Amino acid sequence: MILDFYRSTVGKKIIMALTGAALLGFVVGHMAGNLKMFGGVGADGVHKMDHYAEFLRTMGSDLFGRETLLWVARAGLLVCVGLHILMAFQLSLINSKARPVGYKSQEYQSSTLASRGMMFGGIILLSFIVFHILHFTTGDLHFRGFEYGKVYSNVWNGFQSPSVVAFYILAMAALSFHTFHGAWSLFQTLGVDGPKLNPIIRGVALVLAILLFFGFVSVPIATSMQILSAPIG
Amino acid sequence: MNLTLLVWRQETPTSEGSFKEYKVNDVSPDSSFLEMLDLLNEELEVKGEAPIAFEHDCREGICGSCSMVVNGKPHGPNKLATTCQLHMRSFKDGDTIVIEPWRAKAFPVIKDLVVDRSAFDKIIQAGGFISVNTGAAVDANSILIDKESADSAFDAATCIGCGACVAACPNGSAMLFTAAKVSHLGLLAQGQPERYSRVINMVKEMDAQMFGGCTNHGECQEACPKGISIKFISRLNRDYLKGRLLQIVQGSGMKAQ
Ligand code: HEM
Ligand code: FES
Repeated sequence: MILDFYRSTVGKKIIMALTGAALLGFVVGHMAGNLKMFGGVGADGVHKMDHYAEFLRTMGSDLFGRETLLWVARAGLLVCVGLHILMAFQLSLINSKARPVGYKSQEYQSSTLASRGMMFGGIILLSFIVFHILHFTTGDLHFRGFEYGKVYSNVWNGFQSPSVVAFYILAMAALSFHTFHGAWSLFQTLGVDGPKLNPIIRGVALVLAILLFFGFVSVPIATSMQILSAPIG
Repeated sequence: MNLTLLVWRQETPTSEGSFKEYKVNDVSPDSSFLEMLDLLNEELEVKGEAPIAFEHDCREGICGSCSMVVNGKPHGPNKLATTCQLHMRSFKDGDTIVIEPWRAKAFPVIKDLVVDRSAFDKIIQAGGFISVNTGAAVDANSILIDKESADSAFDAATCIGCGACVAACPNGSAMLFTAAKVSHLGLLAQGQPERYSRVINMVKEMDAQMFGGCTNHGECQEACPKGISIKFISRLNRDYLKGRLLQIVQGSGMKAQ
């Protein structure tokens, strides 16, 4: 039965909506957390950002041990991203097979650049996710003195490269477009709909898309414009 | 009016088609789009050429036969109207008009602008009905239905099965059609016994017919000559999810509810 659900286009889309919603929740939290970069330095002479990163590693450690919850969250995100992308590719394939011969002229009336570009934007996001983890989580693609645990300094140094900053801005634009359609679409997919509700959902999706973009790019931009000061210690 | 038409011509389902250019002169702005094609076909016959094959029946917007994409929009530029209700006054003298068949894997071209829409019939056969035992008819008004449900069911039931939703959808999805059929029964008391098996079976058949999936572009609702809302797609999704959850709770023997 679960297999039949998974095999149907509606089931696949529901999986996509649920995982997309979870990813959106994560992205909002992540964006808010990043703003700790603007938090300055604590009384102990350590960047507030580094405090926050340490908190993520130690949360729940009295119960489960250090970094356990962090790894649970990471595993959950990985499953969501994996399922989301698998469904995206499967559905895109089904959709492109459903119209083997295209139109000579087709006039769109309600679809948007965002809705038609979900796959394109998604692929930018996927390549960004891979780079981003190698850049700031493992440090393999950092090249500017990556040090485990020194988050403020890693971020600040990482954003001294203009091409890296440009790629981050591009990826966040993709996220913004993806959110503008996705945050509305997921409610339709999950059957939450109403004549009064829909304009509100559309509005929230737009606000979310704008907030995510500016929230995320504020850090690389403030760093490259030297608004954020060089790391101490 | 004098017009240039670019029309898709395709001899057989398997032959390769192409666009052919035709000039039609002295078209009355008061004639309908189909009458304009009739005029051209008469000229073609006189010249010994094969007339353009297109479907039509009622010519008053209720049968859903007159399928063609006119200048990039199913049923042409006007909202809430089928091709047979489109009049030449919607165009300008000297216009070039592109006319193509519905394009979908599930709607193969039979000839020129005529496509085979039996995939829709297959979806209906999979669940677009209610099972009623024979016998004396039930007294009228013995089953009370609230006005909101009755109105909503009727909105869904205005679907004429023309296929414009599939033609307009960038994914070639039949979700608006299927959702309308699922909802107009699912909203009424008579449709309750098979409500969840209906949605599951109809979606299964829709997929089997090689229609695409819905990504909520909303193009179908813009193209629908009957103005059927995508709220029914959302309702289908809701019923589908409920139906699958009920199956899991009740075991695979689920037939109804
Ligand atoms: C930060 C990461 C991501 C987030 C927050 C996210 C979020 C979402 C959401 C909320 C939806 C709407 C689901 C629905 O319509 O019901 C969605 C749809 C979609 N996503 Fe993502 N996604 C992410 C990454 C990706 C990636 C990496 C890909 C592709 C490789 C991708 C491809 C798609 C596609 C193709 C759709 C369907 C578009 C549509 O239905 O119109 N997404 N995403
Ligand atoms: S011919 Fe019947 S709807 Fe157009």
